[in-house]
Amino acid sequence: MKTVHQPIIKLDAKALVTGKPVYTEDLAPSDCLVVKLLRSPHAYAKILEIKKDIALKVPGIECILTYEDVPQQRFTMAGQSYPEPSPYDRLILDKYVRYVGDPVAIVAGENEKAVDRALKLIKVQYEILEPVLDFEQAIDHPSCIHPEEDYHVNFDIGNEVKRNICCKEGFEVGDINKAFSESDVVLERTYHTKANNQAMMETFKTYTYLDYNGRLNIVTATQIPFHVRRILARALDMPKSKVRVIKPRIGGGFGAKQTVVSEPYPALVTLKTGKPARLFFTRTETFMASTSRHEMKITVKIGADKEGHIKGIEMYTLSNTGAYGEHGPTTVGLSGHKTMSLYNKAEALKFSCDVVYSNTMSAGAFRGYGATQGTFALESAMNELAVELNMDPIALRKLNMLEVGESIKAYYGEILQSCGLLECLETGKKMIEWDKKYPSYRVDDHKVRGVGMAMTMQGSGISNIDIASSQIRLNDDGFYTLLIGAADMGTGCDTILAQMAAECLECDLDKIVVNGVDTDQSPYDTGSYASSTTYVTGMSVIKACEELKEKMLKEAALQLGIAQEALIFEGHQISNEEGTVTISLDTLAQNAVVGEHDCLIAQASHSSPVSPPPFMVGFAEVEVDTETGHTEMIDYVGVVDCGTVINTSLARIQAEGGIAQGIGMALYEDITYTAEGKMRNNTFMQHNIPTRLDVGNISVAFESTYEPTGPFGAKSIGEVVINTPCPAIAHAIYNATGVRVRELPITPEKIILGGE
Amino acid sequence: MKIKVWVNGKLVQDDIAPDMTLFNYLRDKGYKSVKCGCDTSNCGLCTVWVEEKAVLSCSVLAMRVDGKHVTTLEGLQDEAEAFGMMLASEGAEQCGYCSPGLIMNVLRMKRELKNPTDEEIKAYLSGNLCRCTGYMGQLRAIKKYMSQNGEA
Repeated sequence: MKTVHQPIIKLDAKALVTGKPVYTEDLAPSDCLVVKLLRSPHAYAKILEIKKDIALKVPGIECILTYEDVPQQRFTMAGQSYPEPSPYDRLILDKYVRYVGDPVAIVAGENEKAVDRALKLIKVQYEILEPVLDFEQAIDHPSCIHPEEDYHVNFDIGNEVKRNICCKEGFEVGDINKAFSESDVVLERTYHTKANNQAMMETFKTYTYLDYNGRLNIVTATQIPFHVRRILARALDMPKSKVRVIKPRIGGGFGAKQTVVSEPYPALVTLKTGKPARLFFTRTETFMASTSRHEMKITVKIGADKEGHIKGIEMYTLSNTGAYGEHGPTTVGLSGHKTMSLYNKAEALKFSCDVVYSNTMSAGAFRGYGATQGTFALESAMNELAVELNMDPIALRKLNMLEVGESIKAYYGEILQSCGLLECLETGKKMIEWDKKYPSYRVDDHKVRGVGMAMTMQGSGISNIDIASSQIRLNDDGFYTLLIGAADMGTGCDTILAQMAAECLECDLDKIVVNGVDTDQSPYDTGSYASSTTYVTGMSVIKACEELKEKMLKEAALQLGIAQEALIFEGHQISNEEGTVTISLDTLAQNAVVGEHDCLIAQASHSSPVSPPPFMVGFAEVEVDTETGHTEMIDYVGVVDCGTVINTSLARIQAEGGIAQGIGMALYEDITYTAEGKMRNNTFMQHNIPTRLDVGNISVAFESTYEPTGPFGAKSIGEVVINTPCPAIAHAIYNATGVRVRELPITPEKIILGGE
Repeated sequence: MKIKVWVNGKLVQDDIAPDMTLFNYLRDKGYKSVKCGCDTSNCGLCTVWVEEKAVLSCSVLAMRVDGKHVTTLEGLQDEAEAFGMMLASEGAEQCGYCSPGLIMNVLRMKRELKNPTDEEIKAYLSGNLCRCTGYMGQLRAIKKYMSQNGEA
């Protein structure tokens, strides 16, 4: 292949590395009203009165909006296909504030200083309510976090809002009690994963204006332009036809921008004033008032026979969705579906969960989306089981892991068509020198190095729900315009999709023009999340290109007066079989736009009935100082099966970057709250994402398989790469020290305290 | 207050508020390569040079550059592209948001360190955060660039 499976440089690279103004904030007009939010200092309170008369007198203040000024139609900010599983539990501004940081008032003015002054002069009187800060105390707590009468769920998600239960679900395949009773060893452990922040380098940024048709234009850093259009239309109680969303270049997302965050506030200001408005979140706001990873407490029970054959797995997940239910009902299931499925040979599998509200910041989407939390739990339990059985943890996996052709019981009965798990295990084992290093070796009198491992799977898009469409046009000079609705958030999907088009159309990449998303121009796409872009949108690109090729041949037949069957598409031209008659794409395109012809445009949609899992095996080597508990990353080896690798350098960076984020989750990142419910870790001072001194050496290899349902055999890569570090590092630390830490992050204190 | 400053070699005279940061001053003047990623001088995105020294422009008052030379990525376009495309060859510019600050520091390092070890490179750049890449691809590109001969 010429363009696919190559280390192609991203199309936007030169603009990015030379610092061109391509991001939302760079593009915002200088005459935008400055918008800022007054935020609640209380974890749970009812607003009794807001006095804004003095604040309004500050020169330059344009408007101050409160709960009395917003449409009364509840909505969810979660970027999901309609009807959303997430409850409609929000208003743009509500009479109740449900976490420290919940917006109380929107202030807009001519400049930042005026707005800052006005913010200080607004007087709010609150009736302080007892907050629910411990998510384990949430169910049936005396305080109900959503007492509102107009709370709404689109369909049955096991919601019991008056008991603070956002969602409850579960499944059982086989007879779990029988499986445990027939097991020689039954192990039950509870693991605790914390809330983490996505911490993309670009914070939430939006600007809005009315165009010459009086339509609301929203330019925003988002992964979900089409969902933003729908959600904002509902939140603002206006027709969708009056909303246009534009996504320029984005400075990272990792799921944070799969939720509406900054968009509603400047939009409301623009609608109220008719003026352009902008809201740029500070880092502190990004930490304390967006969405984090769902904190989860997961209990795993595994039964196995003496030889290590797993008989049954049961998991119960308690998930904290925080003040609002964004992505609450959808993340939790992945902690079971995408973990137990690896051990599909077990006779019985059971999963159940509760997702609860609390007065902490809302949780949301973060790369891995519940699978990361579940993987820490189940893979850690597998490593504990290996000790109980006195088995090598790799041998235990090999004995039990799923294989091609199996119907995956906990994964909707999907038939596995591609799987490189065994190759990943073997390659990774060699790369980390497992046989030499496992379980540990001493460096000096107080430093010990240990190795650990874990494996994982994710999905590729959401089966039967995600849909992508693409359009491709032939222009004169024989270049193509590729229109997509998938949102490149810095991962390079514009480039990857252009690579696929170039491969199909047998041309150089510079013949393909791709642009950012504009809901007025781009064809519909559910958005860039759930590891869907390469797999789902990629297939729509291939379909559109194939259709365009057909149209070009048909048009060439007409123009040349030769039967279409006798013509061959050769990339830059179309010829007859003998090569005696040719027409260049330039001429073909020019002729096609004069007089009675068919303009050469093709489009296609794609949705997949399956979500084929990519796989990864991760190996960690750590050095623990047994006197201080300080853990240093030495090596991390990740071996990935993402089907065919479409862009070899970008896939490698996805894997390395995902592993580094996983290392952060394993060792450093932890969102904690004071006794009053104020987030402690709301800057990079206190929420430590890894620097380049913290990650050790990361090595990545690929074990390609061919996924028949994917574009050129590809599956996804975006999310699977974050899952293994937590369990693999915990395992390595155990092997080095004998200490099991079952609560993340694994800090020196926890190691020294013996895991308590 | 009035200041006189050379930005990328061009003399500018301005009347600014005394509490204005160099970051805001440069953004307002249209030097949009300069980015902000935090509120606490932790991320390195706003790195520029003042008198050939890398500084965090969010943590310097604009009035302190009175009479001084300030350099942003806009003033180093050829070098930025030369190193930047090496970064891009690894796919390690990714979202690009941290790239200008990182590149400003890498170009400084090229002038200040000769044949640095991996550990010296990591230490020099430890104040430049990146959430996309895991730093490995950046290191591969930086080592290639640092080993190149010729005028920095």
